Amino acid sequence: MVSHDRCRIDDWVEVERVLLEPSERAANLPADTAGQPLLVWVKGYARAEAVLGEELTVKTMTGREVSGRLSAVNPGYFHTFGEPIPELVHVGRDLRRRLATVESGEGGEPR
Amino acid sequence: MSERIDAVLARRGEIMVRALGMDYAEFERSPIAFDYDAMMAAHGFSLADIVEIQRKAGVGNTPLLELRNLTRLVRSYSEPGKGARIFVKDEAANMAGSFKDRRASMSIHVAKLKGYEGVIAATSGNYGAAVSSQAARNGLNCIICQEAFDSRHIGQPEIVEKSRICEAFGAEVIQMTVGPELFFHMLELLDETGYFAASLYSSFGVSGIETLGAEIAEEMRALTGAPPTAVVVTHAGGGNTTGTARGLKRTGATETQIVSASVDLSGLHMASDSDFNRKSFTTGHTGFGVPFATWPDRADVPRNAARALRYMDRYLTVTQGEVFYVTEAMSKLEGLERGPSGNTAMTAALSLARDLPTDATVVVQETEYTGAGKHHWAQLNFAREMGVEVRLGDPKENKPGSAIVIPERPEQIRAVDFDLAHMRHSYVRNVLKAAGEGYAPTPDDIAFLAADTNSDPAVVEATVAELRKA
Repeated sequence: MVSHDRCRIDDWVEVERVLLEPSERAANLPADTAGQPLLVWVKGYARAEAVLGEELTVKTMTGREVSGRLSAVNPGYFHTFGEPIPELVHVGRDLRRRLATVESGEGGEPR
Repeated sequence: MSERIDAVLARRGEIMVRALGMDYAEFERSPIAFDYDAMMAAHGFSLADIVEIQRKAGVGNTPLLELRNLTRLVRSYSEPGKGARIFVKDEAANMAGSFKDRRASMSIHVAKLKGYEGVIAATSGNYGAAVSSQAARNGLNCIICQEAFDSRHIGQPEIVEKSRICEAFGAEVIQMTVGPELFFHMLELLDETGYFAASLYSSFGVSGIETLGAEIAEEMRALTGAPPTAVVVTHAGGGNTTGTARGLKRTGATETQIVSASVDLSGLHMASDSDFNRKSFTTGHTGFGVPFATWPDRADVPRNAARALRYMDRYLTVTQGEVFYVTEAMSKLEGLERGPSGNTAMTAALSLARDLPTDATVVVQETEYTGAGKHHWAQLNFAREMGVEVRLGDPKENKPGSAIVIPERPEQIRAVDFDLAHMRHSYVRNVLKAAGEGYAPTPDDIAFLAADTNSDPAVVEATVAELRKA
């Protein structure tokens, strides 16, 4: 069982760090972006034990050492398809019905 | 701007020479002109060489499918005698799920040949998956930098999926919040690691797409007796248009019309934290398509190999709602669940085919893999969560970032021509600006600009005169 609020050495984890403070950011950014720090998340193997939010160094898949605050232990993926889109659910039925009513040969059937 | 960014950008040239293993300085002719053909040929690979490299990499030779039901559908509402045959090159059949494998296979081949230990690419798109997959096969380390989240750590499902697939192939994925400083960080990483820059815009990568154009020309000749009337290309950074067109021309399909297509995202700012998750498209949109066509050298290499204005005969835009509708229709009528961003060209093709005679042929030159997150339902559900209205209606009412309008009937799908003359004008303006105030273009510069915009030297000259007067 994986604990999600603390990691052990060599656990697969994610760290978060500030790459650029708002004052360090590029010129000519829109105001909503310029006011935010540029954040970075990197995953790797924990070099030490830590609890969420603590500074930690990880060794990434390429062997680089990256430090940041522990932001996730054993981070997963939870993206999905979601519900059918009501505005699209009739598309298949309606178009199939339409093709069924197109008489054979009308408008030149593709070879 | 921060001193840290300045310090890295000041060393950009030096970092990129090492990271690309080639010095672009040898192709430069003036502050405006450079030898594009020499740059494209410098890698020394013939088309036959590239075919062989890609065969070994497990890339290419994807199925060309005729979409008979979509053709019948278009003919059901076209004027008599109209309704071209529609085909698609199923590029999703490549190993990592898109035509980007063609690009990546060449970049990785060169990286391996030159003895680099790893590769780095900055991309939130399918290219990341392609580079990660090819790097894994070649035992190279791989870092992918992605603009993935807004400042609240929320990301479009399509991009979250692209992070996942890169990690599935063993890449180190650097997920970042919104901002152009992604490229600054990529330079820092190239400097730190000494890895190869697997840029989307190098001549290696773009040459890798030429096989796609070549396959289309040859397969259409075998199937119909002639190269296609038109090839429709989803356009973002310009590599897809450039590589496909070059491949078609190399195989003698010089009459085939090159039609680029993008989703209209006008009104949304590409560097805005709050617009980031209201785009509903991750690529194939005007937010990349227009700036990259009108200023290709904004890319992460000194000279961009992807120069779309050289090759496009038309540039069509379609709406978000139209692309989602067509994505659903493709699944239900053709048994082909792909996209969604890659179906931008498909949407434009349905509109184009309607106006062409029945004996004309239209080839959509790519599909992309689909799956959890990377799916039109996921993107639309997410759009709603982000406060974007999704409704049925006339797609002309679609407003990027606030309303996605799904067509009620296929007849409503109508691509809009983007004015190429206007784009050429913007391109010349950007070039003059970059060359520096007071620089007077030479006859060689004018000839270069005419070739780079696929237009007449006299037109370029008139544009230059007008802009210098202003």
